[in-house]
Parts: sequence; C-alpha cells; structure tokens
Amino acid sequence: MMVDASRKAISDAPPSDADAARTMRLGTGTSLVILLLLLVAPLLVKNFIVFQLTTVLIYGIAILALNILTGGSGQFSLGQSAFYALGAYTSAILIEHAGVNYALTLPISGIVCFAAGFLFGLPALRLSGVYLALATFALAVATPQLLKLGALEPWTGGVQGLVVDKPDAPFGLPVSQDAWLYYFTLAIAVAIYIASVNLLSSRSGRAMMAIRDNEIAASAMGINVALYKTLTFGVSAAITGIAGGLGAIAVQFVAPDSFTIQLAIALFLGMVVGGVGWLPGSLVGAAFIVFIPNVAESISKGLSGAVFGVLLLVVIFLVPDGARQVAQACRSVIGRRKG
Amino acid sequence: MTEDRLAQSHNPLLSVRDLSVAFGGIVALNGVSFDMQRGHILGLIGPNGAGKTTLFNCLSRLYQPSKGDILMEGASILTRPPYRIAEIGISRTFQNVALFPNLSVIDNVRVGTHSRSNGNIVSDSLKLGQVRRAEAALERKVDEILGYLGLRGVAHAVAAELPFVTQKRVELARALAAEPKILLLDEPAGGLNHDEVHGLGELIRRIRKEREMTVLLVEHHMGLVMSTADHVVALNFGRKIAEGTPSQVQSDPQVIEAYLGNKNR
Ligand SMILES: Nc1ncnc2c1ncn2[C@@H]1O[C@H](COP(=O)(O)OP(=O)(O)OP(=O)(O)O)[C@@H](O)[C@H]1O
Ligand SMILES: [Mg+2]
Repeated sequence: MMVDASRKAISDAPPSDADAARTMRLGTGTSLVILLLLLVAPLLVKNFIVFQLTTVLIYGIAILALNILTGGSGQFSLGQSAFYALGAYTSAILIEHAGVNYALTLPISGIVCFAAGFLFGLPALRLSGVYLALATFALAVATPQLLKLGALEPWTGGVQGLVVDKPDAPFGLPVSQDAWLYYFTLAIAVAIYIASVNLLSSRSGRAMMAIRDNEIAASAMGINVALYKTLTFGVSAAITGIAGGLGAIAVQFVAPDSFTIQLAIALFLGMVVGGVGWLPGSLVGAAFIVFIPNVAESISKGLSGAVFGVLLLVVIFLVPDGARQVAQACRSVIGRRKG
Repeated sequence: MTEDRLAQSHNPLLSVRDLSVAFGGIVALNGVSFDMQRGHILGLIGPNGAGKTTLFNCLSRLYQPSKGDILMEGASILTRPPYRIAEIGISRTFQNVALFPNLSVIDNVRVGTHSRSNGNIVSDSLKLGQVRRAEAALERKVDEILGYLGLRGVAHAVAAELPFVTQKRVELARALAAEPKILLLDEPAGGLNHDEVHGLGELIRRIRKEREMTVLLVEHHMGLVMSTADHVVALNFGRKIAEGTPSQVQSDPQVIEAYLGNKNR
C-alpha cells in the first residue's frame, strides 16, 4: 500500500530533468566559478598545499576515469591502480631512459594504457558485477609484484624504482615548479573533463549507458555490447594512465609499492564519495581521499585509520549519493529561494 | 486476387521456415513456418506459453533455433549476431518492457537511432563538426517521433519513473527511431483500457501506412488483432495450428479449441 502510494506520488510529480548529458555535469556558470577558484587557489596557499592540490587534481582525473567505467557502462574495477602504475612507469621510463619531454610522455602513457585496458576488457567481458571486481582486484594485487620482476629491472629500477626530474616552468615564466605543475595538471584535467562530458553525452556515451541499464535491449538497438564494454575499459584505463603519468612527474618518483591495491581502493572510495556517475564529484572524491586522512591524523595519530573509517561512515550515512546529493540539495534550495 | 497473392508470396519480406526451438525438454517452437508480406500487419496469436515471445527472440537472435531458418529479404539472419539485426531493419518492443530505466525518455529514443548513425569515441569526445551536425539531425528526428507518439511532455523524465503504459509507448518510440522495415510488437496493449486499445489499433495502422512499416503483432487482445491485422497466424504449444484472414482464423475449430481448452485448465 505504502509503496503503491509513493509510486503514484512519483508518477504524479513533475518529471525530473534527467537527460544523461545534463545529470552528469555542472551548468556552465557553476563550472566557470569552480574553474576560477581552481585558478586562484595556488596564489593563496603555501607551496606544500599547492603540491597537495596538484595531487587532488591528479586523483580527480583517475576517479573520473573510474566514473566513466562504473557510472557510464556499469562495470566495476578495483584494479585502477594497475593502469595508474602502467601510466606512471611509462612516463617515468620515457623521461629517464629515452629523454622524452614530460608533456609528450602523457599521450603515450594514455595510448599504452588504452591498449592494456582494451586487452584486459576482452576476457573481463565474460565477467560481471562482483566477479569483474574480483578479476580487477587480482590485477591490482599482481601489479606491484610484476613491477619488481628482475627481467624488467633495467627499465623499472626494480624495488628501488625510478627518480624523475621535476620540470621547470617553460619560457622562463616567473612561477615556482610547484605552481607550474599545478597549472599544467589543471589544464590537462579540464581538457579531460570536457572530453569526458562530450563522450558521455554523445552517441558512444549513450551506448555505454544503455549497456549499463539493459544489455539485451541495447543489443536489440544495434549496440555491439562487447565492443563498447572493452572500449570503455580502454578509455578508462587511458585516462587513468595519464593521471599516473602526471603522478610520476609530480611525485618525481615511481616505485612498485606506490601502486598497491590501497590506491585502487582509495580511487573507488573517491568515486563513491563524489557520487557514482556524476563527473564533477570526482574532484570532491579526490579531495576527500587526499585531505581526510590528514584530518583523521590530526584528530588522533594512533587511531587515524579508525577515525578515517568513522568519517567515511558518516558521509555514507548522511549522503549515500555522495557529493552529487549535496549539489542537488543546494540546487533545490537555491531554486526555492529564487522561485 | 489469387494471382496477386501468389506473386506476392514469392517475394516475402520475412520468411520463417520450419523453425524449432527447445529448452531442455520443453519444445517452445516446433516446425513453425510462415511468410510476412511487405506492408502487412501480421497478427500472431496463441494461448500463454504458445511460443510467441520465443519466436520474437529468435528474430532478435537472442535464441538460437535448433532447426529451420529465418530469411529477411531472402537472406538468412541466423549468421548475424544480435546487435546486427537492427541494421537490416528489424526492431522490437518487449512484452515486459525493456527500457533503459535510468535514462530519460529522449535518451531512450536517441539510443534507438544507434543502428542508423555512425561515430567513434575519438570524434565523439572532441565533439567535432560532423558530430555536432549528426546530433542536430538526430534531435530533429527524435523530436518528430516524440511528437508522433505524444511523448514530448515527458521527454526529459526518467524512464523508470513513468507509468507502465507510458513506458510501453516510449519503447514503441525507441523502436520507431531505428526506422525498421519490420516492427515487432510483443503485447503492446498490455495495461490499456478499452478506449486506449482502440487508439492503439489506429496508431498501428497509421504507423504501417505513414511510416511504411510491416508489423508483426503479438496480442492476447483478440479484438485488437482481428480489427488490425491483415493476416493471422495462430500458435499452440509451439506449433502453427492455423493461418489465414482474421475471420478464417477466428472461426478455425483448432483455434477455438486451443483458447477454450486453455480457459478450462
Ligand atoms: N529462456 C527460456 N528458458 C526455458 N524455457 C523457456 C524460455 N523462454 C520460453 N520458455 C518456454 O517456452 C514456452 C513458450 O514461451 P513463450 O514465452 O514464447 O510463450 P508466449 O506465447 O509468449 O506466452 P505469453 O502469451 O504468456 O507471453 C513456454 O513453455 C516457456 O516456459
Ligand atoms: Mg510472450
């Protein structure tokens, strides 16, 4: 009875505006305000914080990549750390062993990771839901060990890893290395965000979301389900790889133990906190995984893990849909004020 | 008249030939054959479990027949994967509605155009000029279909939040967006009241005429089938028990028996 009544209430309510293109991004005005804030932020804080903000942007890119995979095509991955590592190592090796310009290594890392993601996506086609998550989990667990392999040591530096030079600002621009790196990362993040919004609101993106919602109906509409699932894996891996490459440049160091399953879990967590399928939430999720552990530590050094867990639970209980839910609430409050 | 029929039947749009499907011990279809003529509305009737939906699922390549063939314009469709059926002009609705529940109505219909458009992830991500032009053309087409079916008012609603009857209509819109030669409708009248069923019959005839489609209509609502279809095929327990004009099939003793026998069960 209750359920029926509430269903009726839903169907009588004015239809919510639910176009994929609109629900996954922010309006132009809000986007510009946020961009402006991101542009001035480094001017207001210390260099160390600028570095942390760069880290937020980099994780934001990686979470966005996961969001495309999970929010877009409905596939789960606990293995994003593997693609992040592959991107990081590809950039580091190209910079240190081949002397390639750091900026040029990023598209290469993207392409390498696209291929890896696409190939991993092929066998993963046979798996779905929990089983896919498990397979990607295995990938994440195996990655640090593969990076330590003796045969690869001449390139990877084995357990020691590789040190990467920090780039200076080009053209003699009067900004610190940290600030340059921040703006460089921001430019890439903005480009990737715009391309992702374009992708998800296009024919290809609709095909991905159709697969997420109903595979049988999708294939009846002419969508090659296997192709789009693997393509999405490839795209997600490519973007994660670019984030990894940026990470290597920012941290100036790659080593196998930087890319454990913990990283994959952090990215997954960031996606949930930001709101699955809501691309701007990726940035909020990234801020959460970068700053909240520090907050937890400042509350209790010995029990920082437990405090982090409690904070996470609070977020999940209060806003199960993450930052997206907060944004929606804000929008409806503002709408009511105006109306 | 008979000659005309004969000439037509040499060149059917779709031919189902001796089709059989089995699930373990259950024979869902057993040597079913019939032809669909271009521009006809073919009614497919039969009691529950007769095999109507199974036949649809063979046409969509969801089920692999154990025997027989299906020819579309003379070529077998059985070599095609399911996602390459829409492109040859076969589009369907589902008995229990299979929309994309989290997408808006308009996005559902846009997905319906997938087989009639091109694109790749690179040009889509960059939103190149050709992508913008294709989207603009698509918007006009989708808007026309929404208007045709009276769905403009709910265009931006989430599909899952709509009443069942509206969802069925959205599914029809999505199927039309694929510009099929053959439209497969699996119980489109489900959940409709008397007047609405009448309106649906008219709509199906209009679609056939104005959009030049051939329709395969599965329906339990006998009134709708009899008033809409040009030709009727009756199934029972996976076998074809009758075929002919609506009145011929309606008065066929085996058909009457099948429906009465079913009621007594
Ligand atoms: N995937 C399946 N696995 C096993 N049995 C199936 C499957 N699909 C259909 N059947 C069986 O095949 C027979 C025909 O089912 P089908 O759904 O085609 O009937 P129908 O004519 O569409 O009936 P209704 O009018 O109730 O929709 C039934 O006995 C059904 O149980
Ligand atoms: Mg059925």
